[in-house]
Amino acid sequence: MLLTITYTGQNTQNLGFLLYKNPARPQTVTLSYGKAYIFYPEISDTRTTAALLLSLDPIDLARGKAGSTGGGLFDYVNDRPYVSSSFMSTAISKAFGTAMSGRADEHQALSDSTLDLTAVISMLPCVGEKEKLSAVFAPLGYEVQYDAALSDEKFPAWGESRYVNLTLHGKVRLRDLLRHIFVLIPVFDRQKHYWVGEDEVKKLLSHGEGWLENHPEKAYITGRYLGRRKSLVSMAFAQLAGHEDAEEPAKESSETRVTLNMQRLNRVLAALKSSGASSVVDLGCGEGRLLSLLIKERQFSRIAGMDVSHVALKRASDRLRLESAGESYRERIALFQGSLTYKDSRISGFEAASVVEVVEHLDPARLSAFERVLFAFAKPKTIVLTTPNKEYNANYAFLHPKDLRHGDHRFEWTRAEFRNWANRIAADYGYRVEISEIGEADEIHGAPTQMGVFQLCD
Amino acid sequence: MRLEIPELAVIALVGVSGSGKSTFAKTHFKETEVLSSDFFRALISDDENNQSVTSAAFETLYYVANKRLSLGLLTVIDATNVQKEAREGVLKLAKAQNCHAVAIVLDMPESLCRTRNETRSDRNFGDHVIRRQSAALRRSIKHLQKEGFRHVYVLQSPTEAAAAEIVRTPLWNNKKDERGPFDIIGDVHGCYDELCALLTKMGYAVDKAACTAAPPPGRKAVFLGDLCDRGPHNMQVLRLVMDMAQSGHAYCVAGNHDVKLLKKLSGKQVQLSHGLETTTQELAAESDEFLEMVQAFLRGLISHYVFDNGNLVVAHAGLKEAYQGRGSARVRDFCLFGDTNGETDAYGLPVRLPWASEYRGKALVVYGHTPTPEAAFSNNTICIDTGCVFGGKLTALRYPEKALVEVLAAREYYAPAKPLLADTANTDDMLSIEDVMGQKYLSTPLRRAIKIREENAAAALEAISRFAADPHWLVYLPPTMSPCETSTLPDYLEYPTGAFAYYKASGVGKVVCEQKHMGSRAVIVLCKDEAVAAKRFAVSDGSFGIIYTRMGRHFFEEKETETQLLSRLRAALTRAHFWEDFATDWVCIDAELMPWSAKAQKLLVEQYAPVGRAGRDGLTAAAAAIQNAASALGAPNELLSSLLAETESRKDALARYADAYRAYCWTVNSVEDYRIAPFHLLATEGKTWADQTHLWHMDTIKNYMTGSDPIFVATKHILVDLADENSVQAGIDWWLKLTESGGEGMVVKPYDFIATKNGELLQPAVKCRGREYLRIIYGPEYTLGDNLQRLKKRSLTRKRNLALNEFALGMESLQRFVKGDPLYRVHECVFGVLAMESEPVDPRL
Repeated sequence: MLLTITYTGQNTQNLGFLLYKNPARPQTVTLSYGKAYIFYPEISDTRTTAALLLSLDPIDLARGKAGSTGGGLFDYVNDRPYVSSSFMSTAISKAFGTAMSGRADEHQALSDSTLDLTAVISMLPCVGEKEKLSAVFAPLGYEVQYDAALSDEKFPAWGESRYVNLTLHGKVRLRDLLRHIFVLIPVFDRQKHYWVGEDEVKKLLSHGEGWLENHPEKAYITGRYLGRRKSLVSMAFAQLAGHEDAEEPAKESSETRVTLNMQRLNRVLAALKSSGASSVVDLGCGEGRLLSLLIKERQFSRIAGMDVSHVALKRASDRLRLESAGESYRERIALFQGSLTYKDSRISGFEAASVVEVVEHLDPARLSAFERVLFAFAKPKTIVLTTPNKEYNANYAFLHPKDLRHGDHRFEWTRAEFRNWANRIAADYGYRVEISEIGEADEIHGAPTQMGVFQLCD
Repeated sequence: MRLEIPELAVIALVGVSGSGKSTFAKTHFKETEVLSSDFFRALISDDENNQSVTSAAFETLYYVANKRLSLGLLTVIDATNVQKEAREGVLKLAKAQNCHAVAIVLDMPESLCRTRNETRSDRNFGDHVIRRQSAALRRSIKHLQKEGFRHVYVLQSPTEAAAAEIVRTPLWNNKKDERGPFDIIGDVHGCYDELCALLTKMGYAVDKAACTAAPPPGRKAVFLGDLCDRGPHNMQVLRLVMDMAQSGHAYCVAGNHDVKLLKKLSGKQVQLSHGLETTTQELAAESDEFLEMVQAFLRGLISHYVFDNGNLVVAHAGLKEAYQGRGSARVRDFCLFGDTNGETDAYGLPVRLPWASEYRGKALVVYGHTPTPEAAFSNNTICIDTGCVFGGKLTALRYPEKALVEVLAAREYYAPAKPLLADTANTDDMLSIEDVMGQKYLSTPLRRAIKIREENAAAALEAISRFAADPHWLVYLPPTMSPCETSTLPDYLEYPTGAFAYYKASGVGKVVCEQKHMGSRAVIVLCKDEAVAAKRFAVSDGSFGIIYTRMGRHFFEEKETETQLLSRLRAALTRAHFWEDFATDWVCIDAELMPWSAKAQKLLVEQYAPVGRAGRDGLTAAAAAIQNAASALGAPNELLSSLLAETESRKDALARYADAYRAYCWTVNSVEDYRIAPFHLLATEGKTWADQTHLWHMDTIKNYMTGSDPIFVATKHILVDLADENSVQAGIDWWLKLTESGGEGMVVKPYDFIATKNGELLQPAVKCRGREYLRIIYGPEYTLGDNLQRLKKRSLTRKRNLALNEFALGMESLQRFVKGDPLYRVHECVFGVLAMESEPVDPRL
């Protein structure tokens, strides 16, 4: 909520001229959700400090501005009024816009020279590693200092808060200091109070001019400034690169995982194909990755995808372009919302069913319902089911021994556990089962994924 | 002429154009009962004479006819129907809907039809059309019966048509006016000794030698068929049942063995197997006269009865809802053999499809046919064939008491083809997607026709599938609670007078104010032991109880804490002799579980504490900067001094805010650090406690649950007499004291658990939250400046409506559970509450 800029040297009161704000006259500027105050906590020949203080309206933030119907952006209990966020960046450009542009009329020479400046950004939310503060600011010529406090001193167990008071000291031009702060606050806060669109790319490029192009953390800064919107990030990169090769920011998921998923889907597809089934239902189809493989196969004349999540189904529908597809395409494939613990006639009548990485999302107590829904009531001839092999987790460095691979996994089976379960199910419901592994296996732990192909006995 | 037609039938009017069908239909049937081809031609093409749309018109007509017949409504097809092909459509319809087809032929003189057509300007058929139709009709008339029309009536003149009287006759199976009480008896199979013992046990006056039995006054026996075969005394059984039926003391439906016996008696070739061989031996010793009587009796047996205003259906092998009260070969087959598809099992016996597990009808279906070790209810159906002849027992179900009466078989009379096993496929613990998906209206005694919107159901399906506990445990979800009316006092958003005024205006005399614990809502279902849990709740994971959140999720992610807390509560209840005093082996309790930080840890660490940190430090830095600026200026500055004052009061608000949330946080190191405050004793075996006052609940909880174990704490409360000003003031003071010392606030409840005004349900409770507590709801600074005035613009209507609907559904689910309703009936209410919770409502309310 507070930014101070201190100018140390001779005739430091000239800071007022550079900022176009008279040190003798505290003043305000109006912002979209409140206002900002500009005043000078220190005024002397050798040291002058300007302060920019935000005062945001908490009710408007929560309810939306009077007269608006869209509702608020934030919860009533939120940190925005107290921190330095994108609201601060907006306030900087509003209050110190001329200084940012570098225009200083009769003080142009001073404006064009580097000065001994110290900026203190109070309560900067820093999401992620705080070490990044130095990595980002130091290359720009600052000494970087920050302190952080406990979230609540009465409850030390809750840990350190994400807020830092960040002090930047260096010999820089005022306009550069302002532009650095303007761009980098939202990089650390990662939350903007407005929609991030193509305008943001322009803003980034213009305020980043001269320092962002060759910044070692360029990818980090660009990615976070643009809210990780891929299309915008690549647009910014293409323009930033100019002569250089565009370097994509690091992907969230590691390469090996993508490969495993593809391997898994290909194996499931192969199993479904060799079953001879002409109709198949993918239970827990998610965003429709398997469906988009199935649809390409002429063997499958009737395909359905079921998922419990409406959002996932919408994405699947987009992926398969169902909205715009022709009749014969749409007659081949159907998507519907359903749950694996409710008996459902819509999943009956398919020759095959796939259940890829789904069972581990069910509470163990609900497994018996799932078994009956699929194996007793729907009863397709072929069932292809995959689930993680818990033993293999030992190979994931990021997993603690007791952790599961995904936050929503309710359990993961070892190879023996899966085999026991699969054999029991097969015996109880009249199936034969063949178990195999998917992914690169290691000698001790096996492969990352295990698959059971169940065939209904005649 | 009296035209007798079954109350449910498809009636084809047959006659050439101009024969007066439409007039006849108008005179004798309700307007909506008549579907005329002309009307459907017009509906589709704006022209009732447009012959080119005939097939589309009939398609639509049959679509509507199917819908009507599915609802059990008589339907008249007003078309010429002179061609055989046209009538086939009618017969197909009747068959599909398992009802009779009736033909009423208007066989009018051709000249008359011609004249009538000529006078109609819109009809200019040539004479040849009429002539052709007449010829077709002539050819048809004598074949109608053979084609499949159950009744055929021919009217030959306008006078006859006008004089016709339609008499609607009930179907043979319709005994809706018979209200019982009944004693329904399972498959006897010649076990005469056991039958006599069973009847005697139920108070019938049995003369065993004479083969007669007279029921206690008012009662009637109902036999589910399969009287003979396999057992030792088939003739006596027949004699007794025939005598009881003849004297109006009993009904009997046909069983597959009865049908086979009839075939045998009629001289047809039948295999002497499955016990018929025993009966046949006995037949040899009987007189022809008796055999004829038996034949007549068996021939008269119908496949099923619908009794008691449609609430009870009896059939030998059961009957699904769509077939109840219908008559067709298909229905009869179902009644005799159940839902079969021709497959046989490893023992060579027909595979029976699990129709009962899918049954969702309102009528109780009592049936036999499939021997099972114990009679058990499943989705409002019960099979009471307990294999007497195989050495099991003979069972009767008393209706409406739903009590089972049993007599053990003296011995095994016949070896079963396969061992008697419980029919696991037909259990009622499977939920079906149709039970919950789509728009639904749920009716409850407290609120009628509660609408569950389709999109809310979709949201709830995801929530319940992904996160909720085993539905068997979820017998209740608590309703949302509305705040009291917004206060008009300048410093308060909520104040007790708002709550008091609401109840007073609704005619409530007394209210109970209960301290609102700041924790998380927890519903506890606890059984005396694992066996009770398995039996009463059909859970299979060996647990003996559950603590779940208001969204139906396990309160604790790890099982151990839950088990420990449940064990502690169980011990407390056992010490207080709760199980004995309440004659129950399980209990369902509404409670608050503390500390708040136990459940809301993430919220605290990610939102509440950070806001406090940022606010306190940010404002401190701001105040310092302003102060420095003021001294740097050297002269007083209005802008800075007012900014400083404002910042100081904001700082103060932030400090109060931090204190407010901290009051509800403490570190939990072990189970000892939890506190549970029960406030409703919701239900025990066979009973919900919604008929008791809130004071009773408070007292009962104090007597049985709290005090002996520090984990379980009582809830402070005070009774306020709304007519007494002093009492009201005492209530206000009590609230002020509570909230000023860090309490969240209070919940004001009407004295009676369920309160109504003019039959309309009142809010079951309203909350009145403290001024400091509300900082964690409306933000730390909500009391500053004009914030409070702005926040007072809030509407409670939606919230209150939700609270009422959810309360009604919650009470209904409990009621259904204690009544022993099948899982889906309980689940649809619980699901409904969850669906309503996805309604967008201001979460601050």
